[in-house]
Amino acid sequence: MPGQTQDSAATSVARPRESPLAIGVRRILRKPSSRVALFVLGVIVLVGILAPLIAPYDPAAQPDIVALKDLPPSLAHPFGTDPYSRDVLSRVIYGARLSLMIGVLATIVSLTLGVAYGAISGYAGGVVDALMMRLLDAFLSIPRLLLLLGVLVAWPRLSIGALVLFLGLTGWFGLSRIVRGQVLALKHAEFVTAARALGASRRRILGRHVLPNLVSPIVVAATLGVAHVIVLEAGLSYLGIGVPQPLASWGNIIQDGSDQIATLWWMALFPGLLMVLTVMMLNILGEALRDAYERR
Amino acid sequence: MNVPVANESAQLLSVRNLRKEFPIRKGVLSRQVGAVKAVNDVSFDVARGETLGVVGESGCGKTTTGRTILRLIEPTSGEIRFEGRDVRSMSTSQLRKLRRDMQIIFQDPVSSLNPRMTIGAIIREGLTIHKLAEGAAADARVSRLLQEVGLRPEYANRYPHEFSGGQRQRIGIARALSVDPKFIVCDEPVSALDVSVQAQVINLLEDLQREHNLTYMFIAHDLSVVEHIADRVAVMYLGKVVELATAEDLYREPLMPYTQALLSAVPVADPKARKERIILQGDVPSPANPPSGCVFHPRCHHPSKDAACTAIVPPLEEKTPGHFAACIKQSPTTVSWEQQKNAGGVNPPERYLPLAAVHA
Repeated sequence: MPGQTQDSAATSVARPRESPLAIGVRRILRKPSSRVALFVLGVIVLVGILAPLIAPYDPAAQPDIVALKDLPPSLAHPFGTDPYSRDVLSRVIYGARLSLMIGVLATIVSLTLGVAYGAISGYAGGVVDALMMRLLDAFLSIPRLLLLLGVLVAWPRLSIGALVLFLGLTGWFGLSRIVRGQVLALKHAEFVTAARALGASRRRILGRHVLPNLVSPIVVAATLGVAHVIVLEAGLSYLGIGVPQPLASWGNIIQDGSDQIATLWWMALFPGLLMVLTVMMLNILGEALRDAYERR
Repeated sequence: MNVPVANESAQLLSVRNLRKEFPIRKGVLSRQVGAVKAVNDVSFDVARGETLGVVGESGCGKTTTGRTILRLIEPTSGEIRFEGRDVRSMSTSQLRKLRRDMQIIFQDPVSSLNPRMTIGAIIREGLTIHKLAEGAAADARVSRLLQEVGLRPEYANRYPHEFSGGQRQRIGIARALSVDPKFIVCDEPVSALDVSVQAQVINLLEDLQREHNLTYMFIAHDLSVVEHIADRVAVMYLGKVVELATAEDLYREPLMPYTQALLSAVPVADPKARKERIILQGDVPSPANPPSGCVFHPRCHHPSKDAACTAIVPPLEEKTPGHFAACIKQSPTTVSWEQQKNAGGVNPPERYLPLAAVHA
């Protein structure tokens, strides 16, 4: 019917614009698994942010190192206490705060480095690209954990800031590879040629045409990167070279109970569970983001 | 160079001996082991207000020629003059100014629009770069451009994925028009579209040409499309222009055997017409290692073809007034029979025009 076509055309014009970004968000929210992941992560982040209000005790307080140590979970201490009589629930809550913060900050550092390095290498091309990629191969050939162990063992009593920096500094190699590949592909996209034909400067092409089209792979890499850093930090803290005492992180809570892991089971179980949950949810979300933005 | 130089000042663009070679590199040290001669000694002029059609199979160098003229690809050698100015020696800032005069429309309606930008932002980019308009004035100009290409002004705040191929092509045209150019390279602008939409876009291009006094270089692989829009047509094969004539002459009397074969393949909309086809033998040879002499000789059907064709590079010469072709066996030719015999020729040049090639 001609009348109907007219109508639908009119409404489609009136429809508010929807950016590719918004479409992606809609696609993500359609999946129940990613809705759950977003909700759970939201709760964990909120708990971390509100730690001082939620935690029942001071996470560093040692009220009675003889009478209150190694208590199993009870109403007063739902997650039990540790060998120094500290409340494990409070430590896990503060641990969430610190572990997430380290994860996010370290990822920001790696993102900045990875995107800059990859974009320059891909955009410059030629000899510069070849040299930068060989250098990257060299970096990639050193295992990340080994690199971190070396630094942290040689440099005990490192501040949290330095820890974040080192985690970030060792985490950008893979990302810069991805970014370089994308930039190479975008460089030859016809809309970039069109921009060059219009007389756009290199800076404009990078800023307006290349970087905005890198956002989705970067977001995916960032989500997965945070999960990776959380596990890495826990591992380092478990080895006693990560987050220094008396600060609490999920890794060093587990470490505090590691001597008697069979009897003090609550010390490994609760922070461990929370960490697994966080990492799992981040990975689900990362996969959902990839599905939403990288299909075309 | 014997190329039609009608009236020096009437020429908007003149291209002389243009070459573009892409190096083939191998090994760890990226040693150059050869070169793809994508554009191999091409010369032509484009007059103000004219449409020069460029046809040829894919890989014959027509796209590279178009992009080299705009210096989107740097030529290896040759001369490009636009309104008398030497395009190849221009500095970055001079070139940026030239971008206002020379634009391009792309083949692929999908990859030629940035998926992260609204239609308005895409069309406005040229205005911003060349500081032609900003704010409300720019908005008004974008609206007008959209209307000119047959789209609603409201589309300005929508994204490319919401449009069909034909609409996207119109957006690409509006983008090219935004800077008010004199010359537009249309790089197969309708090849990716449905036939019905092709006609609309071609009509739009013709209307715009009239209203804005545009000069087109219209690249296509479809001879019937070019017949409709072009004043003159250059036929390219393996990086060379092998025939150049007015559209009328070319379709009525194709002189180069390659053009004859192409034209015999154009379908005719008449069920009663029994048309013979000249079937080309084999594939297009590799442009990295083109045949000696005439690059078309391995596939040629000219009855006088002989050893001379494999030895002598045929010049693009004027066969009849304004009609240029590169074939030493198609008389008249400047390559004398003596020369041909010395190169192993046994068949003297003759006039050859198979009926199948004549396009009514």
